[in-house]
Amino acid sequence: MNFNLLGAIGRAVLAFLQIAGRLLLFSIEGLSHCIRPPYFPRLVLRQMIEVGYYSIPVVSLTALFSGMVLCLQSYTGFSRFSAEASIPMVVVISLTRELGPVMAGLMVAGRVGAAMAAEIGTMRVSEQIDAMTTLSTNPIKYLIAPRLIAGILMLPFLVLLADIVGVFGGYLVGVYKLDFNAQNYITNTFEFLETLDVVSGLVKAAVFGFLIALMGCYHGFNSKGGAQGVGRATTNAVVSGAMLVLVSNYIITEAFFAK
Amino acid sequence: MTGSAAKIEVSGLRKTFGPKVVLDGVDLELNVGESLVVIGGSGTGKSVLIKSIIGLLVPDSGSVKIDGQEITTMRPSEREAVIRKFGMLFQGGALFDSLSVWENVAFGLVQGRAMSRREAKPIALEKLAQVGLDPEVGELSPAELSGGMQKRVGLARAIATEPEIIFFDEPTTGLDPIMADVINDLIIHCRKQVGASTISITHDMVSARKIADRIAMIHQGKIIWSGPVSAIDDSGNPYVEQFIHGSAEGPIEMQVLKP
Repeated sequence: MNFNLLGAIGRAVLAFLQIAGRLLLFSIEGLSHCIRPPYFPRLVLRQMIEVGYYSIPVVSLTALFSGMVLCLQSYTGFSRFSAEASIPMVVVISLTRELGPVMAGLMVAGRVGAAMAAEIGTMRVSEQIDAMTTLSTNPIKYLIAPRLIAGILMLPFLVLLADIVGVFGGYLVGVYKLDFNAQNYITNTFEFLETLDVVSGLVKAAVFGFLIALMGCYHGFNSKGGAQGVGRATTNAVVSGAMLVLVSNYIITEAFFAK
Repeated sequence: MTGSAAKIEVSGLRKTFGPKVVLDGVDLELNVGESLVVIGGSGTGKSVLIKSIIGLLVPDSGSVKIDGQEITTMRPSEREAVIRKFGMLFQGGALFDSLSVWENVAFGLVQGRAMSRREAKPIALEKLAQVGLDPEVGELSPAELSGGMQKRVGLARAIATEPEIIFFDEPTTGLDPIMADVINDLIIHCRKQVGASTISITHDMVSARKIADRIAMIHQGKIIWSGPVSAIDDSGNPYVEQFIHGSAEGPIEMQVLKP
């Protein structure tokens, strides 16, 4: 057999390191432009509306149904050993620590990551990014930095919203379907909730926001080859954004809660 | 400045993409106030040449001097200052489709020169008038314009900052002969008004004869002939002869599969 296994592994490792290196340089450059003047407040505001405001319906609906189904399923399990009183706590902790950030992150990766990659990718293949450079404007500062800032700032807000809506979903199912006492449900929800549960979720959200925007921008910025290239960039942005959300979620959880 | 009258001095410029050698030691000079037209077939490296001069592509080796300053070894911040001397009209127009027409024209002034939008707007409308477009067009979005109008807006944007050097990337490609002539006239008119030195790349001989002071022909990554426009018809160079007569027979072999 003429297949060189070691060679193939070596090539894959080198390709991976190359991409990792490029990505690191790209994100350092992007972040450094976030904090160096001149700033573009109008562009940042526009991206914040795009990332934050327009994601509210998607994220709310996702969170609502996640909270509802969480309450329903916990009941199935917990009622078997008469621990129904813990359900509100399970719902709120699951939501604030995991489901809120992850669900919102995945939805935003699909919605915003794709839009960023498609827009920047089209600008790349139609030479608009080159044109920007010839007009003495740094495209990283003008295009990438505002999107990174918007991602980092808006995701925590969306996750906070997801937490609230999700708990409300659990409350609806608990009170109107499973016949909990409304007063008790709310009391039990907040009794064991700690600040760290919510804060860890918001920290996750900021990291996810950065990663999603970074993937959208990176793939768009480096797209080539016309419409097909933009399509590929969009797919890559969504897939890599979603994967990074899940991987970094585990790493951050480990950092916060590992004993 | 050094004593030489050359605005741009290119020597030994090489650029490869993987195994493909696109520029193979290009030597080129542009004198102050001169209009140089670079002709050559598709895929002979014309676009790569001007993109390497303006700094959108990084050449593998060779030297590019603007006003006697070597720019290939400059730090990014210094290079930004040199790029301010340039304006460029892109082949597809490369207008920013998220901005209106007048914002496109004013882009270099507002973003590159930190001028206020209120100051920049009258200048943008004046430049639009110079290329024969009404102020009402300024409020449209680029997608609403025809190809010829987009080229004109691109031209207005390229001259808005009154650059010392202007590049035209296939200014007449894709236009009907009458619109092509209108663009040629505009290029001559704008050049006189701004007093810029220009390099145009084209394979449209009608356009080349009209706008050039001097013509250079690029073939297989090298400049193979250069001379005043009046000498083009008796160049004595078989490559040039074949190109200007548009004949399929000759030393230039197109890479097409013969049936």
